[in-house]
Amino acid sequence: MIRAEHIVKSFEGRTVLDDVSVEFETGKTNLIIGRSGSGKTVLLKSLVGLHEVDSGRVMYDDVDFTALGFRERKAIRKDIGMIFQGGALLDSSSVEENVKLPLDLFTSQSEAEKLERVNFCLQRVRLENVNHLYPAELSGGMIKRVAIARAIVLNPKYLFCDEPNSGLDPQTSIVIDNLIHEITREYNITTIINTHDMNSVMEIGEKIVYIHQGRKWWEGTKDEILYADNRELNDFVFASAMAKRAKDAAVSGR
Amino acid sequence: MLKIFELIGRYFILMGKVFSRPEKASIYRRRIIYEMESLGLDSIGLTAIISVFIGAVITLQMCINLDSPFIPRSLVGYATRETMILEFSSTVVALILAGKVGSSIASEIGTMRITEQIDALEIMGVNSASYLILPKIVAGVVFFPFLTILSILIGILGGWMIAYLTGIMIPADYVEGLLMDFRPYSITYSLIKTAVFAYIITSISAFYGYYAKGNSLEVGAASTRAVVVSSVVIMIFNLMLTQILLI
Ligand SMILES: Nc1ncnc2c1ncn2[C@@H]1O[C@H](COP(=O)(O)OP(=O)(O)O)[C@@H](O)[C@H]1O
Ligand SMILES: [Mg+2]
Repeated sequence: MIRAEHIVKSFEGRTVLDDVSVEFETGKTNLIIGRSGSGKTVLLKSLVGLHEVDSGRVMYDDVDFTALGFRERKAIRKDIGMIFQGGALLDSSSVEENVKLPLDLFTSQSEAEKLERVNFCLQRVRLENVNHLYPAELSGGMIKRVAIARAIVLNPKYLFCDEPNSGLDPQTSIVIDNLIHEITREYNITTIINTHDMNSVMEIGEKIVYIHQGRKWWEGTKDEILYADNRELNDFVFASAMAKRAKDAAVSGR
Repeated sequence: MLKIFELIGRYFILMGKVFSRPEKASIYRRRIIYEMESLGLDSIGLTAIISVFIGAVITLQMCINLDSPFIPRSLVGYATRETMILEFSSTVVALILAGKVGSSIASEIGTMRITEQIDALEIMGVNSASYLILPKIVAGVVFFPFLTILSILIGILGGWMIAYLTGIMIPADYVEGLLMDFRPYSITYSLIKTAVFAYIITSISAFYGYYAKGNSLEVGAASTRAVVVSSVVIMIFNLMLTQILLI
């Protein structure tokens, strides 16, 4: 469980997160949704300490993360995996080196043990024979998979994903979503996903938080979102004609 | 003016981060070797080409301008040697490397910043400043002095070659001048300067890359700024080090 309590974050006097409180549940895919520029990335980065919050607290289970120093945070970071919007693989390292890096940093396993774990994780995201390729040689979908493999290589308790399917075609997006969902279930991870992809919301939105202009406007599940009467939320979620029809069909079929 | 102090302050804070809480030694070893290759070995060609031409030109200039019966010809060899050792092979080579190495460091680290690779390292609990920057500084400070020595040797060779090829002076006189009044301390002085310049180039360029933000245009701007600022700082330190070390 991760809980944000009254988080405020501003840049150069401009408030980007305004008193956000929300709880993300263990073993579920928690979604943060909102327009681009609404503050999703800043919220995610504030949760993991890449941004220092101006005020408020972030709780990891019973630990107040915001109050910890660098060394104590490092202990928690061992349990955190993060998938960045562009993948953020190290350009100068091969796929294998990228996935192995957390093992190099945090474990004293032998090279053979590390490689075994790396290959296990690459297989888990259904990638084979790419160990010695470099990020520049991979497709967008492959980059995201390697990023997932790197994020889970240390068996994280918490998984953060910033727009995991931005820039991917709809089919690949679903594959990536399902992969994250499966892994979350399998290892009982607290997963938090930023997205503005309505497919993801409807497929894997076990808990959804809607952020608008730096504030939390709504929270609920994918089933509740169909019947939500928050106007801002509806404008956002059902922006496309197809989504509107789907909603109408769902509501009238009730 | 306040901006400059703020900038310098941020630079020293970053350096504090670079030299504190280092990661495992084994990780650095690999990265330092990698950086020596990419920053050092890859600069050998450029250094050699420029040095051979400069050595040749200095010799040529000296021959033309010191054409007097009262001045022994061997002085040309002496002057070429001293110019290479005292200024060219340290300061000028450093300026050239500031352009080549500095811009590559700033754009590499800047790109890593805007594509969130630095965030990815931080999230793994890595001290990203130390992990990325320290190996570059170490590689530069260790390897650039070799480039200086190489440049001195090749420059002197260039002078000899021009004498031999054009017959503008007798090569034996040149060699006699080379051996004249040699003070090993000049070499020490030159190498100390180079080490300091290497530190300036790598750390300042890394600084501009590390704090880059925005898009690829701004990474380009950061890399230009890195080259300009390192060059100016090199000139300032050249003056100061000459004061301290030679007087
Ligand atoms: N490092 C930063 N410095 C200044 N402003 C920032 C920074 N990061 C984000 N912002 C601003 O915060 C707002 C929210 O950004 P972000 O969280 O990236 O939106 P999104 O919901 O698309 O992920 C934007 O207006 C952005 O300009
Ligand atoms: Mg974002």
